[in-house]
Amino acid sequence: MTLTERLRERISRAFYNHGLLCASYPIPIILFTGLCILACCYPLLKLPLPGTGPVEYSTPVKDYSPPSPAAGLQRGDLGERPDWYVGAPVAYIQQIFVKATVSPWQKNFLAVDVFRSPLSRVFQLVEEIRNHALRDSSGVKSLEEVCLQVTDLLPGLKKLRNLLPEHGCLLLSPGNFWQNDRERFNADPDIIKTIHQHEPKTLQTSATLKDLLFGLPGKYSGVNLYNRKRVVSYTVTLGLRRYDSRFLSSLRSRLKLLHPSPNCTLREENIVHVHFKEEIGIAELIPLVTTYIILFAYIYFSTRKIDMVKSKWGLALAAVVTVLSSLLMSVGLCTLFGLTPTLNGGEIFPYLVVVIGLENVLVLTKSVVSTPVDLEVKLRIAQGLSNESWSIMKNMATELGIILIGYFTLVPAIQEFCLFAVVGLVSDFFLQMFFFTTVLSIDIRRMELADLNKRLPAEACMPPAKPVSRSQRYERQPAMRPATPHTITLQPSSFRNLRLPKRLCVIYFFARTRLAQRLIMAGTVIWIGILVYTDPAGLRTYLTSQVTEQSPLGEAVLPPMPVPGGVLPAGDPKIDLSVFPSDPIQLSENQTQQREQKLGLETNQHTWAQGTEGKGNGQTELGTEAEVTWGAEDEEIWRKLSFRHWPSLFGYYNITLAKRYISILPAIPVTLYLNPQEALEVRHPQEVNRYHPFLLPSRGKLDTEAQPGQTSSKLQGHQDVTLYKVAALGLASGIILVLLLFCLYRVFCPKNYGQNGLSHSRRKRGDLPCDDYGYSPPETEIVPLVLRGHLMDIECLASDGMLLVSCCLVGQIRVWDAQTGDCLTVIPKPRLRRDSSCIFDYQESWDHSPDGKNALDDPLETSHQLKRMLSPPQPPLFCDQPDLTSLIDTNFSEQAKVAESETRLRSVAGRQKETGYDFSSLVGKVYEEHGTSNCRSFASLSAPHGQAVFCGTEEGGCGSRRRSLGDESLMGFDKSSSLPSWGGDLESSVWSLELQGNLIVAGRSNGRLEVWDAIEGTLRSSNDEGQSGITALVFLNNRIVAARLNGSLDFFSLETHTSLNHLQFRGAPSRSSIPSSPVFSSGDVVSCQLTHTVSCAHQKPITALKAAAGRLVTGSQDHTLRVFRLEDSCCLFTLQGHSGAITAVYMDQTMVLASGGQDGAICLWDVLTGSKVSHMYAHRGDVTSLTCTASCIISSGLDDVISIWDRSSGIKLYSIQQELGCGASLGVISDNLLVTGGQGCVSFWDIGYGDLLQTVYLGKSNESQPARQILVLENAAIVCNFGSELSLVYVPSVLEKLD
Amino acid sequence: MPRLENCTWSCSCAARGRHKAQLENTTAPLAAKVGEMLSSSVPSPSLTLVGPGARSPSTSSASSTLNLSQHLVQRSVVLFVVGAFMALVLNLLQIQRNVTLFPDEVISTLFSSAWWVPLCCGMAAAVVGLLYPCIDSHLGEPHKFKREWASVMRCIAVFVGINHASAKLDFANNVQLSLTLAALSLGLWWTFDRSRSGLGLGITIAFVATLITQFLVYNGVYQYTSPDFLYIRSWLPCIFFSGGVTVGNIGRQLAMGIPEKPHND
Repeated sequence: MTLTERLRERISRAFYNHGLLCASYPIPIILFTGLCILACCYPLLKLPLPGTGPVEYSTPVKDYSPPSPAAGLQRGDLGERPDWYVGAPVAYIQQIFVKATVSPWQKNFLAVDVFRSPLSRVFQLVEEIRNHALRDSSGVKSLEEVCLQVTDLLPGLKKLRNLLPEHGCLLLSPGNFWQNDRERFNADPDIIKTIHQHEPKTLQTSATLKDLLFGLPGKYSGVNLYNRKRVVSYTVTLGLRRYDSRFLSSLRSRLKLLHPSPNCTLREENIVHVHFKEEIGIAELIPLVTTYIILFAYIYFSTRKIDMVKSKWGLALAAVVTVLSSLLMSVGLCTLFGLTPTLNGGEIFPYLVVVIGLENVLVLTKSVVSTPVDLEVKLRIAQGLSNESWSIMKNMATELGIILIGYFTLVPAIQEFCLFAVVGLVSDFFLQMFFFTTVLSIDIRRMELADLNKRLPAEACMPPAKPVSRSQRYERQPAMRPATPHTITLQPSSFRNLRLPKRLCVIYFFARTRLAQRLIMAGTVIWIGILVYTDPAGLRTYLTSQVTEQSPLGEAVLPPMPVPGGVLPAGDPKIDLSVFPSDPIQLSENQTQQREQKLGLETNQHTWAQGTEGKGNGQTELGTEAEVTWGAEDEEIWRKLSFRHWPSLFGYYNITLAKRYISILPAIPVTLYLNPQEALEVRHPQEVNRYHPFLLPSRGKLDTEAQPGQTSSKLQGHQDVTLYKVAALGLASGIILVLLLFCLYRVFCPKNYGQNGLSHSRRKRGDLPCDDYGYSPPETEIVPLVLRGHLMDIECLASDGMLLVSCCLVGQIRVWDAQTGDCLTVIPKPRLRRDSSCIFDYQESWDHSPDGKNALDDPLETSHQLKRMLSPPQPPLFCDQPDLTSLIDTNFSEQAKVAESETRLRSVAGRQKETGYDFSSLVGKVYEEHGTSNCRSFASLSAPHGQAVFCGTEEGGCGSRRRSLGDESLMGFDKSSSLPSWGGDLESSVWSLELQGNLIVAGRSNGRLEVWDAIEGTLRSSNDEGQSGITALVFLNNRIVAARLNGSLDFFSLETHTSLNHLQFRGAPSRSSIPSSPVFSSGDVVSCQLTHTVSCAHQKPITALKAAAGRLVTGSQDHTLRVFRLEDSCCLFTLQGHSGAITAVYMDQTMVLASGGQDGAICLWDVLTGSKVSHMYAHRGDVTSLTCTASCIISSGLDDVISIWDRSSGIKLYSIQQELGCGASLGVISDNLLVTGGQGCVSFWDIGYGDLLQTVYLGKSNESQPARQILVLENAAIVCNFGSELSLVYVPSVLEKLD
Repeated sequence: MPRLENCTWSCSCAARGRHKAQLENTTAPLAAKVGEMLSSSVPSPSLTLVGPGARSPSTSSASSTLNLSQHLVQRSVVLFVVGAFMALVLNLLQIQRNVTLFPDEVISTLFSSAWWVPLCCGMAAAVVGLLYPCIDSHLGEPHKFKREWASVMRCIAVFVGINHASAKLDFANNVQLSLTLAALSLGLWWTFDRSRSGLGLGITIAFVATLITQFLVYNGVYQYTSPDFLYIRSWLPCIFFSGGVTVGNIGRQLAMGIPEKPHND
C-alpha cells in the first residue's frame, strides 16, 4: 500500500515538474516534438504509396517462359513468387533505348542542332524495327506476328488520333509526333513546339503524350534548348503479344550491330513483371467507410467535450494531430526497425486510432481547466497534469497489458497490429505529454488574456458603487469597507491604463515584433542573394562553369567515382568504356585525348567542354567531340516514369491492366553518332534565324582552353589555381555569411541570451524588456499616475487600498484617493492655526530637547532642570479645572495638582528607571519610591472614567482626563482667540504613519501620537504622553501600538463612541461644550487611550514593528526580537539569534516570522513556540527589506541583491543583482509578482522564475532618484514615493496573468 | 451461400426480448430517471437523424409519462436503425471475404438473399438496448462507468473491429480464432462496461442466441460453410456477447441522453 502511494506521489511530482517545464518553454518544446515527429516519419518516405501502386517481380531472361495459367502448379517451386504471377502478361514491353549525339560539335552550331538530327534518325530506326524479320528454318517471322495488335483508340481521344498508332503494332517512338513521316519532320520549323503542344498546361499528374512517345520522362530526353550535355535520349517502345526469344534476340543483335554501343553496361538479365492492382469498388468500401464514420463520430464526441478553452477547435485539432502523428510515428518506427506493414493500412487505421484513443487528451484538458483560474498558467498546467497522472499511468499500463495479451494470440496479423498499437501508444503518450500539454498551455494562456480583456470593460461600464457579484481577486471594487463614511467614486478614466483600443494594439504588435523592420531586412537579404546569384557576370555562371569544368560529377552521366588523379591504369574499364566515334577524321584527336587522360586529366575525360583542337587536320573551326555513356541510371529507365504510364497507355486502347501484369523486357541500347554534316543537312532554314549559336558565353572559355601549345602540366597548374580560387571564394562567402548572420542576430535578438533567469541585469531605458518567449509588454501601457503636491521629499506612506496618506519631511500630510490619485485632504504643517494649543506647543517645544538627549542616551537630570524651569506657565491652566475635584480621589487631589507638572516633566526619567508598570501599587507608593508618577500614559481624548480608574492611578487618570479636556477646550478656544503659536512643531516631523478606515495615525518625532480624520482633515485625538519619538506604528483594528526610539512600546486602544458618550462629554465640560461641538459634529467620538506601556521592551531603539495573527513583533537595535501578545501586551518570547541590529521583520498569519539584521542574516522563527526555524546568511551588509509569499521569502540587502529563498527549506532559490544603489524597496503583489524599486523605475518580476516582466519608468528625467518605498495596494496598484512625488502605478500585468 | 452469422445473434435476442417487452415497459421510466440523475447533456447524433420528434419541445410536465413512452419509442427506433445498419455492414464484411471481384453482384446478393436479416437484427438490437438500462435500474446499480458518447463510439468501433478480425484474419485453427475472439470480447466488456449486469446479460444473450442459431441451422434456414461447433462456427458466441455489450452500451447511453432533452428546452 505504501509502495503504491509512494509510487503515486512520485509520479504526481514528476508530472508536476513536467507540466511546469512544458508551460514554461512552449515554443522550444513544440519545435522539438515537431522534429521528433518528422524524424520518426522519415522512414515512411521509403514506403510505396498505398493502394494502387504497382507491384514488381523479376525473373531472369534466361530460360524465361510465361507462367502457366493454372495457379496451383507453381506453388511448389518458388515460394516468393507472387500469386498474381499467373498466366501470360497483357503485353511484353520492349524498349529500344536510343542515345544520340552530334559529334564532333562545332561551335557555330545552333542549340536546336542538339536534337534535330538525332531525332531525325528515329524514322530510320523505326523502319529498321518494323521491317525486321527473323528468317530461320521455320520460315520468316516478322514483327507483325509477335507484336501487340492494337485497334481503335478510345472515342474520347480524338486529338491523339494521329499521334498514337491505330490498327497495327503498338510501336511508339518520338516519330509519332510527325506521323512517322520524315518529310513532315524536315518541314517542321519548330520541333519543340510540336512536341509540347499536347502537354497539359496544369500540373501534370499522370503520363503525358511526350512521356508516352519518348518512353522516358521528359526531362531525361534532352530535347530542349539548354541541353548542355548535347545527348538526346529517347526510346522506341514496342508492345509484344507473345514472347518469342529468338525473334527478340535477333532484333537485339541486329540493332546492336547497326548501332553499336560498346560502352553500354546495361544488364540485360531480368524481365520485370509489373502487376497493377484492381480498382476498388464501392461495395468493398462500405465497411471501411462505416468504420471511418464511427471513427469520426468518436473523434467528434471526444473533442466536443473539450470546454472552457480559448479555441475549442484548435485544441481538438491538436488532439487529432497528436493521435495521427503518433500513428505515423509508430508506422515509421516499425518500418525503421524492419517491420514492414503487411496489413492494409487503411483498414486497420481506424482501429488503431480507437485503441490509442483520445481519452488522455480529454482528461488532461478537463483536469487543467478545472484548476483554479486565478493560478498562474504554469501552475495550472502542472497541477492539472499531476492530478491526473495516476489515472493516466494506470490506463496506459492497462492498455499496454491488454495489447500484450493480444500479442500472445500468436496470430501474425494481430501480433503485428499489437506491435503497431504498442508503439503508437507510447508515441501517443509522448506526444500528449509534450505536444498537447504545450498546446494546451498556450491555449489557456490565450484564454486568460482574452477572458480578462473581455471582462474588464464590462465592469468599467458599471456604476462603481454597485457591488459586483463576481469575486475575482483582480476586480477592483471601490467600496471595501462599509464603515467608510464616504465613497470614492471610481473614475472610468482610471482604466485607461489597462485597456487599449484595438488599433493601438495592432500598432503595438507591429512595434513589439518589429514586423516591418524584419520583413524589410529579410527582403533585402533575399534580394541581394538573388542579385548575386543571377548576375550574368556573377556567381552562378562562374560556379557552374567551375563545376562543369572541375567535377566529373557535374555531369550525371559519369560513374560516381572519379579516377584518382594522375595515374590511370591502362586496364581501367573507363577507357574501355569511353568509346569514340568511328569517324576516321577524329582519330588523331582521340589519340590526343587519350594521352591527356593518361596524364591524369580525369576531368576532361567525358566532358563536352574540353576542347581538343584539331592540330593536324587543318580545321579552322574548332570542334568538340562528344561521346555517349551508359550508366547505372540508364538501367531500367522506365522506372522513372509515372506508375500510371502503362495503365494510361493501355487505357487509350481500352485495355485494362487492373489485376493484371505486363512484362518489361530489358531495353536494347542504341547509340547514334551523327557527324556535323548530317546535322547541318537536316537543319531547317528558319532555325538559323531564330536560334543563335549554341552557348556563346562559353566560347571565350573554350578559346582559352584551346590555346595551342597548352601542355598538360599547364593544365594541372590551371586546375590548382582554380582550386585555390574556389577555396578563396568559399572562405570569403563563409565569412560574409557569418557576418551577415551575426548582424541578423543582433537585429533580431535584442535579448541577452548569455544571462539566464537567475541574474538579470536591469534593462537600460529604451530597451524593450522581454521575457524568454519574446513577449515584451509594451512599455507605454503602464503610465504611472503622478501625485504631486508635497514640497519636500516624502517621508512616510500609508495606505489601506482606498486612501493613501503621505507625509513629507516638513510634516505636511496629504490624503489621496488611491484609485484616482485625487488629493482629498491636506493636513498642513503642524496645526499652527487650527488645532494647536499653547500647552502642547509649548511642551513640544521643549520636549524636543529631551528627545535629542534621549537619542544620545543622555541621562536626564539636565532635562529635569530644564523642565522645571519651563514648567511655570502650566499650572494655572490645569488648576482652573472646575470639575476635577468631583472626579478624583480627594486624598491625592492636592498632591496630584502640585505634582502634575512635575510628573510630566519627569516622565522621561521615570520611563528610563521603571522596569514595568505596577498598576496594583498605590499612587503614594509609586510617588514616594520613584518620585515620579506616570500619567503620560493616560492621554486619551474624552476618556471615560471607568477606564481611567482601570488605568490604576486615579490622579493620573484625572490628570489625563483633565488635560484632555483642556486640550479639547483649548482647541476650540485657540481657534477663536488665536493665541500665538510656539512654532516648535516644525521640528517634530512625522516618523511613522498608519491608516485604517478614515483614521490616520501619525507618530511624531516628539513622541506624540495623533489620530486624524483622513477625510475632514481634523485631529480626532492625540496623545503625547511619550516623549520619545515614535519610530514605528501598528494600527490593527482598534489597537495602536507605537514603538519608540527609547525602546519602549505603547499600546493604545482606540474607541469610537456614539452620541451617548458624546452627549456626556458635552455636558461635563461646560467650558468646552460650545467650541468643541463643531469638531464632533460628525457624531463619532474617537478616543485614543493608552492601555499599556512596556517601558523597556528593548534596550535600544525599536526599528521594526509588525503585527499579525494576534502577535506583535518588535525588532530592535539590540539584536533581539520580542514577541508580544496583542490582547494583553504580554511579552511572550525574546528571540535572540542575530548578531546585528534588526532591520527588517516580516510576519504573517501563519505565525512564521522572518527577521533580517545588519549582520546580513535572515532568521526564520516559529512564533508559536519561539524557536528558530532556520538561519540564513543572505547579504553582505544589512538586510534592508524582507517580505514573504506563500512559498518563498524575498529579501533585499545593502549589497543590491534581491534574494529569493524557499520558505520551508531556507534554500536560496536565486538572486537578482540590481543596479548599484537601488533601493531596498520591495513589494509583493500576488504570490508570483514582485515589485522592486530601481533608479527612476519600478520593475516587476516573476517570483517563480526570476524573470523580469516589466519595467515602468516613473519620471521623465530623474533617473538618479530611487524609488525608496513601495506600497502595494489591494487593487493591484502600487504606490512608490519618488522624491517629492508619489507615483501610482496600476499593474495591468497582473490582470494579464503575467506570463 | 452467404454467411449470416452476424445477423443471427440479434435475431435470437429479439426472440428473447419479446418476452421481456412487457416487463420493460414498466421499468423504462425508472431507467429514464436514473439516466436523468446521471447528467449527460450530450444528445445523440443519430437522434437528430432519426427522430425529429426528439427535438419537439415537451410542452408540459403533466405529460411526462407520455414523454417517457415517446422517448421509449424513439430509443427503440434509434436502436433498431443502428442494429439494422450494423447487421448490413457486418454481413457485407462477411460476404466480402469470398466475393470481391464484382461489386455489383455483392450488393445484389446482399440485398436479395437476406432481407429479413437487418430486420431481425434491428429488432433484437432495440430489445437488448432497452433491456440493459432496465436491468440496471432493477438491480439498483446505475451504470456510471464511462457514460459518454465518445466511449460508446469507441465500443462500437472495437466491436466492428472484432467482426473485422473474425472475417479477415487468417487463423491457424478455429480454436485459436475462438479463443482470441473470446479474449477480445472480454476485453471489450472490461474496457467499456465493467458491470455485473452487463456481463450476465451478455453471457445470457450469447448463450440464447447460440442456441437459437443452432436451432435455425438445424432446421435448414441457412448454414455455415465450415461449421465446427455442432452446426455453427465456434466463435459465434463471442460475437454475440460483444454485440450484446455494445448494444447495451448504446441503449444505456440513449436512456441517459433522452430525458435530458426536456430540461434543455
